[in-house]
Amino acid sequence: MSKKSKPAAASVPTTPREFNWLDDPKNIRLVRNVFYAVLVLLVLPDFFMHKHTLFYSVEAWPGFYAVFGFISCVGIILVSKLLGYALKRSENYYD
Amino acid sequence: MIDWLHPSFLFLLGAVLVALLPARIRMAAAVLVPLAAFFVIVNLPLGNGLQYQLFGFDLTLLRVDKLSKAFGYVFTINAFAAGIFALHLKTRVEPVAALTYIGASIGAVFAGDLISLYLFWEVMAIASTFLILARGTERSYQSAFRYVMIHLLGGLMLLAGILLQIKATGSVAFDPFAIRDLPTYLILIGFLVNAAAPPLSAWLSDAYPEATVTGGVVLTAYTTKTAVYTLIRGFAGWEILMVVGCVMALYGIIYAILENDMRRILAYSIINQVGFMVTGVGIGTAMALNGAVAHAFCHIIYKALLWMSAGAVLQLTGKSKCTDLGGLYKTMPLTLIFGCIGALAISSFPGFSGYTSKPMIIEAGVHGGFYWVWLVLELASAGVFLHAGIKFPYFVFFAKDSGMRPGEAPPHMLVAMAFLSFICIFLGVYPQPLYAILPFEVNFHPYTFEHTLNQLQLLMFSALAFFMFLPMLKRTETISIDSDWFYRKGGQLFFTAADKLFNSINAQAEKLVAVELTAQVSRFFKQPGFLIQRQGVRLLAAVSGNRQQAEQMEAWLDARNRSGAYPIGIWVLLAVSILGIMSLLYLLIR
Repeated sequence: MSKKSKPAAASVPTTPREFNWLDDPKNIRLVRNVFYAVLVLLVLPDFFMHKHTLFYSVEAWPGFYAVFGFISCVGIILVSKLLGYALKRSENYYD
Repeated sequence: MIDWLHPSFLFLLGAVLVALLPARIRMAAAVLVPLAAFFVIVNLPLGNGLQYQLFGFDLTLLRVDKLSKAFGYVFTINAFAAGIFALHLKTRVEPVAALTYIGASIGAVFAGDLISLYLFWEVMAIASTFLILARGTERSYQSAFRYVMIHLLGGLMLLAGILLQIKATGSVAFDPFAIRDLPTYLILIGFLVNAAAPPLSAWLSDAYPEATVTGGVVLTAYTTKTAVYTLIRGFAGWEILMVVGCVMALYGIIYAILENDMRRILAYSIINQVGFMVTGVGIGTAMALNGAVAHAFCHIIYKALLWMSAGAVLQLTGKSKCTDLGGLYKTMPLTLIFGCIGALAISSFPGFSGYTSKPMIIEAGVHGGFYWVWLVLELASAGVFLHAGIKFPYFVFFAKDSGMRPGEAPPHMLVAMAFLSFICIFLGVYPQPLYAILPFEVNFHPYTFEHTLNQLQLLMFSALAFFMFLPMLKRTETISIDSDWFYRKGGQLFFTAADKLFNSINAQAEKLVAVELTAQVSRFFKQPGFLIQRQGVRLLAAVSGNRQQAEQMEAWLDARNRSGAYPIGIWVLLAVSILGIMSLLYLLIR
């Protein structure tokens, strides 16, 4: 009985403050553009500096680690997607 | 200071105190005990202490060197933070189980011989089970049962290995194992079960997400990292561990990407991170071992931080699945920020603690000339950012508006998260204090311009891949089959098979014996004389072929049976003939 009345009484003064900054599509676009700018800025120095290699000369190519990271992740996503067809089951599979 | 005071003793004493103290000051003890233990460890003199005799062996409870101290530090720091995070607890079970569990794991780290190690090892398994049971749901009960069964299995492997090792060498010493034979491999398997190496890894992702909010924070640190410690101590340089570690690193990523439950995502990422450490142990050089210890140190802190932020979300919303969550940044900005610090640290983003530890392992692999180790670990580094660095915060705090407005986490939880966040950033920008406690001298500089740039490229383009392939990463309300399938479905299958086989035999036997045979027997004993005589008459008729006479005789027998008219003469004749047969038999046999 007391459980019912409590939230109603308490919720009025303690409504949590809300941050809605990302609700605006304009702000999402801003975040995305900043992200792209950062990507470009990260690869740019590779063209002007001498890079060391660990095993093969390909590692010194400009943007090697960027390409490596991107391809790795795409590979991981595709492999897990494929494995998902074999491994995924409904939540009450074991019940 | 006091060189006989074992830090575990403080925890066990704390567990007793917590059980006795009233609820209001109970959790204060759970915060103060780790603090006291931390200062005890700081002041422990190097060398062996607390030696005793058991079963005729000289055992050592306190082996203090840089390696055991490093783990002692981080175990107590993490226990302190977890204590603050759990200040709201009113129950007894959780703090008592947690303190016993942490105390046992510190005991295992400082144990100087195999027998003491084994004793602490088993206490850990039992105590930690209660952190899962304390959730009180049907799911957690079943999960805790599977958890403890696997750990008892691993413990038995370890015990068998230890006993064979003692028999073979006559020594209980826990030093680097030189000979690779059955005893040492059994010990290795026992350690690897606790390190959650596949295929015996599913206990972790099965049980930890079913633990309580605070129990999950405690569990993440101790079992797997104690195993990493024992691997460093006993199996440094065993090449097989490089393979095991690389498999773990990839396995954790793939399952974390398929997973929907946020705490299960983080559980799989433990396996991934421990994979890095195990690889470091396999490489086995001074730099690799330093890297493994440093990474264990940082990992404990940022993983506890991640579990705290996920725990706060679970505590406030009651939900744990990505499909139910989303948009929480609106009312939980601080939890989001702390969670992101943990996420950046686990991804070894420059400026955060993972970046000053993990590259040490990778560089050690490069120095060793292991191309494939470098390749797998770099690939896994990109994958970590994918599954833990972005996926966890994105689906919990952004993605979509779930409509929930839970408000910010309670102050004590925020304080605990702020404390761990501070360590993550501090060790990220100033790792020297961490490097100073590592077992070997450190000659590693993470912040060269080129290395930092490479790492940032790797991570940011991983993020690009995440957002470009977002539709393929959308969460579904599913679970994924892991190696626990074999004992969960296998168990069901065994039960069904046993049920079908043995119960059908049982049913058949019941039908034959209990129903049909007894009915026959009771029918026979209603009219035994008549039935025997009738059978005799029928037999004679079959021999002679005279059916008519037989039917006459039967009718006559039936009539006599109904009227109950058995002349005495017949009985006398029967009795005499039986006596005759018996005397004949007696004479023959004699």
